[in-house]
Amino acid sequence: MRLKIKDMEFGYASVTILKNVTMELAESEVLGVVGPNGAGKSTLIRCIDRIISPQKGSILVDGIDIKTMSSTNRAKKIGYVPQGVAQAFPTTVFDTVLMGRRPHFGWWSRKEDNEKVLDMLEMLNLEQFAMRGINELSGGQQQKVFLARALTQEADILLLDEPVSALDIRHQLEVLNVIRSVVKESGISVMISIHDLNLASRFTDRLLLMYNGTVFATGPSSSVLTHDNIRQVYGVEANVSTHGGRNYIAPDKPVGKK
Amino acid sequence: MSASSETISNQEIEKTERARITAHYNKFIKKKIFFIFFLFILVIIAAGIAATIGAYQITFTEVYSILFHCLFHNVESYEQYAVWDLRLPRVLLAILAGAGLAVAGTMMQGILKNPLAEPYTMGIASGAAFGAALVIILGTGILGNVVVDGRYLLIGNAFIFGLIPAFVVLAFVLYRKPTPGVLVLAGISMLYIFSALTMLIEFSANPDAVKVATFWAIGSLERASWQDILPISLVLACCIPLLMWKTWDVNILNSGDETAESIGVNVKRTKIFIMMVSAVLTAGVVCFVGAIGFVGLVAPHICRMIIGADNRFLLPASAMFGAVLLLLADTIARTIMAPLVIPIGIVTAIIGTPLFLYLVLKKKGEYW
Repeated sequence: MRLKIKDMEFGYASVTILKNVTMELAESEVLGVVGPNGAGKSTLIRCIDRIISPQKGSILVDGIDIKTMSSTNRAKKIGYVPQGVAQAFPTTVFDTVLMGRRPHFGWWSRKEDNEKVLDMLEMLNLEQFAMRGINELSGGQQQKVFLARALTQEADILLLDEPVSALDIRHQLEVLNVIRSVVKESGISVMISIHDLNLASRFTDRLLLMYNGTVFATGPSSSVLTHDNIRQVYGVEANVSTHGGRNYIAPDKPVGKK
Repeated sequence: MSASSETISNQEIEKTERARITAHYNKFIKKKIFFIFFLFILVIIAAGIAATIGAYQITFTEVYSILFHCLFHNVESYEQYAVWDLRLPRVLLAILAGAGLAVAGTMMQGILKNPLAEPYTMGIASGAAFGAALVIILGTGILGNVVVDGRYLLIGNAFIFGLIPAFVVLAFVLYRKPTPGVLVLAGISMLYIFSALTMLIEFSANPDAVKVATFWAIGSLERASWQDILPISLVLACCIPLLMWKTWDVNILNSGDETAESIGVNVKRTKIFIMMVSAVLTAGVVCFVGAIGFVGLVAPHICRMIIGADNRFLLPASAMFGAVLLLLADTIARTIMAPLVIPIGIVTAIIGTPLFLYLVLKKKGEYW
């Protein structure tokens, strides 16, 4: 197991956000984190990258407690793309992606760092934007740039918080396909929080359904996205259909309404 | 057959595409280095002009030959005295102060992500002015005059009071995670508090002392002397390399705290470090030359418009731009109403503001 979380608990002063979270992430696995707003998806991801510190429990990466790692070493293990970030000063796409190499070089990039950036731009079809300011790009392109930055970091684990929720369906598919192909090529593990249940079902190996700060269910979409689970967690009546071993849902109405 | 030749040509396209981007990127970097080099030449020329213009007539080339002479020999003639002991310290002080204020402004804008952050709006200048007023006015009350030893008391006091607002703003950054707007509000509040405190002690003071304190608060290079050059150079020599070392991390902070943290930047520690070093740098400059405003705001902005927001280049560029700006402002301050010398702080604001507004208006597209 690449990532192991045991009995993790996190809360602010009087509110508990996460409780008894136990989960694992295997090599070359894409884990989709789903659940209603406020279920604790983002909080879980932020705890794993130590943006916030859980009060209880342990997070082990390759058997090492994340608390004991330095910022740079952690950055070599875990990459993270937060939700909707705004740049204060515009920088070029090239320089933005180059930032992902921070854990690998000190003050000035080496030739190999620049080569890695070029590889990544090529892979994500961003070459034509290389020298453009990031503020001139569309939301979908920007998301790809942020993904490229996290990928050049060459971490084993990639955490993505709602990477596609602001994108149109075409860009959603493109970004998710890129993630899948990277996983296939380099064997990294990806944890991705995602609102669209059908996209989650289609692009992930396993789902983690969260509800009120706990793990409600985990497993393949066929066992997680069931009529009863959707009803209980989302309060929605939905029709569930199966395609190639994966469950897809068509929401019908909120529970208790006509 | 055709399939394999197609892959080859595809590879070739990719290769040329890479070469194109690399070439473009290198050109982009060369442009920035060239701009810094250009500013460096400009500093030397502006320094020559500033040392040439004055009541005592000397030509531009004579100035350089005197400087060269005095580097290795003692001062022998009045000409040499005028250049070496009167004008040169002033020129150097202008360069050092301009560079220091501009660098501090660049880094504060960088970590606070606010275009308005600079030594003045952070309240550092008015804190220092209060510290100076305390010594000038209460010192006058006790000793009857500002004695020679009192000068270092003044500098030390201004330095310490200059640091207070910086630490208040820093505390805001660390414990309240404020938006960039709130930060400037905190800075401006500091500015008001210290201005009010200064007025309070000036209110009942001896008018002569008040005049000295006011003049100090506007900022001036009038007191330039060789004995000030050494300590202020030391402050710059310590602070600027430290800041330069962190420029890449400040670039990354610009992408948001969470992203920076995930890339391996210790966000909190970096912010404390930069803010403290910038505060020491600002207070170290301001306590010698007084509260010269605007350089710390204008220099980084103009340079950012020209070479972009990469702090690795922006820092040296704004340092030199700030130096040129203060050299020109001081030359104008000395000559425009000669023999009367206008305080330089007034000149920087009067020539700086229209220039700045013009550039902001002219700049197309999104810049903040």
